[in-house]
Amino acid sequence: MRPINSVIQEVRSETPQIRTFRLEGDLDPAPGQYVMVWVRGVDEVPMSFSGPDTITVHAVGEATQALFQLGAGSSIGLRGPLGNGFVLRGDRVLLIGGGVGTAPLAFLGEQARAAGAAVDSLIGFRSSGDVIFQSRFEGLGRAVLTTDDGSAGIAGRVSAGLSEFDLKGYSQVYLCGPELMMWDIISRTREHASKIQASVNRYFKCAIGVCGSCCMDPDGIRACVEGPVIMADRLLESEFGRYRRGAAGSRGSCRG
Amino acid sequence: MLILLSLFSICSIMPSLSVHAGGLDLKNPVILAAGILGTTGASLRRAAQEGAGAVVTKSLGSAPREGHHGPTVVQVDCGLLNAMGLPNPSYREFQQEIDTAKEGGVPVIASIFGSSPEEFGRIASGLQADALELNLSCPHAEKYGAELGRYPDLVEAVTGAVKARAHVPVWVKLTPNTADIVELGLAAQRGGADAVVAINTLKAMAIDIESGYPILGNRFGGLSGPAVKPVAVRCVYELASALEIAVIGVGGVSRWEDAAEMIMAGASAVQVGTAMTKGYGVFGEINEGLSRYLERKSLNLEDIKGLSARRS
Repeated sequence: MRPINSVIQEVRSETPQIRTFRLEGDLDPAPGQYVMVWVRGVDEVPMSFSGPDTITVHAVGEATQALFQLGAGSSIGLRGPLGNGFVLRGDRVLLIGGGVGTAPLAFLGEQARAAGAAVDSLIGFRSSGDVIFQSRFEGLGRAVLTTDDGSAGIAGRVSAGLSEFDLKGYSQVYLCGPELMMWDIISRTREHASKIQASVNRYFKCAIGVCGSCCMDPDGIRACVEGPVIMADRLLESEFGRYRRGAAGSRGSCRG
Repeated sequence: MLILLSLFSICSIMPSLSVHAGGLDLKNPVILAAGILGTTGASLRRAAQEGAGAVVTKSLGSAPREGHHGPTVVQVDCGLLNAMGLPNPSYREFQQEIDTAKEGGVPVIASIFGSSPEEFGRIASGLQADALELNLSCPHAEKYGAELGRYPDLVEAVTGAVKARAHVPVWVKLTPNTADIVELGLAAQRGGADAVVAINTLKAMAIDIESGYPILGNRFGGLSGPAVKPVAVRCVYELASALEIAVIGVGGVSRWEDAAEMIMAGASAVQVGTAMTKGYGVFGEINEGLSRYLERKSLNLEDIKGLSARRS
């Protein structure tokens, strides 16, 4: 598809670095799906939905910083919704998120709750000032918060909150956040990997499964169309958590 | 036993799809095109396992390149526009991906680009692949691709420089953005090419009418897919009529009928690119369709290759 024009309806500041943009148009995404956001004259980048008509963006690069210059009434180009999102399985689910990766999980949790599932959450951030969507998660069910510096909730990485939950009691676990955080969780919960759905981040360019920039070793999974949500048991057998390719296709760190 | 025997008899009457094309022996004539799912060894190996007769890598240069800003693709009604901008990790770093791709059991063809005959030659001698495909035709990268490839003397010089240093077959991918593609094909042949590959994308553009911005980050890109197939068929026909060396047909091949048409125009093999948006199953579909067609007609690939030129 060509990019469709979308007028930004509203911009909400979640933290100094994170903003939520409400978009025009009947996008009807599934939680975990993404949209290619074209900031005209700058670049096009993939963004997960944080609600039926919202994206929540962490300003980290050229395109996201340019997006932060835009307010309500400005317009952007959109391709999507794209990719395979989360699939709701069973009636008692656990969401595990880190940083801005909590955004698609809040969306998923609200849909799961509306469908009658019990929804618990484990969410982690660097510091109390970086916490987003805490009330959304608390509105769904039990929510445990962690911060790296201990300024709110349990002190430590997200995995520091794992002992609060018995994973055996959940029909499905949903994971989104920085790769090493997700890797930390998956590698500590290996025996549950077949019921963990994780949203992965790779370098998306074409977003239609032909350019190859997002392919993952060793199976050549095209994360842009076969993902971004991939079962953790598949990730355990992959490059995930060890390296990922950048814009040039070179293997690099999966930090951040 | 009965089942085995009947399977054997089915296999024995199915026409063989194996071909000799441009110095390579292929188990079938359907090749993954350059720049498509060719960034990793794993995706190339997967294409091979899903039935490709050979695979071509993403174009490789001397130094890492990140490519153009997005959007890098635009889907239009009749095909796909792209301006990836030759992103690649450099030919040195890519060798490990080629080694992985080779596990797929089919020839791995390294696509390479440079800005001079010397640079092409250096890259060619630094890579271990089953063949080389010279990108003299990318329409959207400054100093590379078609910027050299539209000049017959440069096509000949680059081909000659690579042939002098390579120990594997050398294919030259040609641009259709020229008045006479045959002139370019003849130049490649004079340089010693084992085959020409036609065509790369047609230089093209799309504009966002809400804003007036060109959609592609690079403004210009290359058009591929169904829209370019008739152009590609014409180019293959003209090249096959004029050249001694093999012609590999590429441009809008998405079904077995397209492959058959390309082969009748004179192609020894075909490449598939844009159709990969349908998934890896395309190779199997095209090969199966070609087999059934040849069986129905009681023909083999050699019978239909260049048939159109004998019909006019």
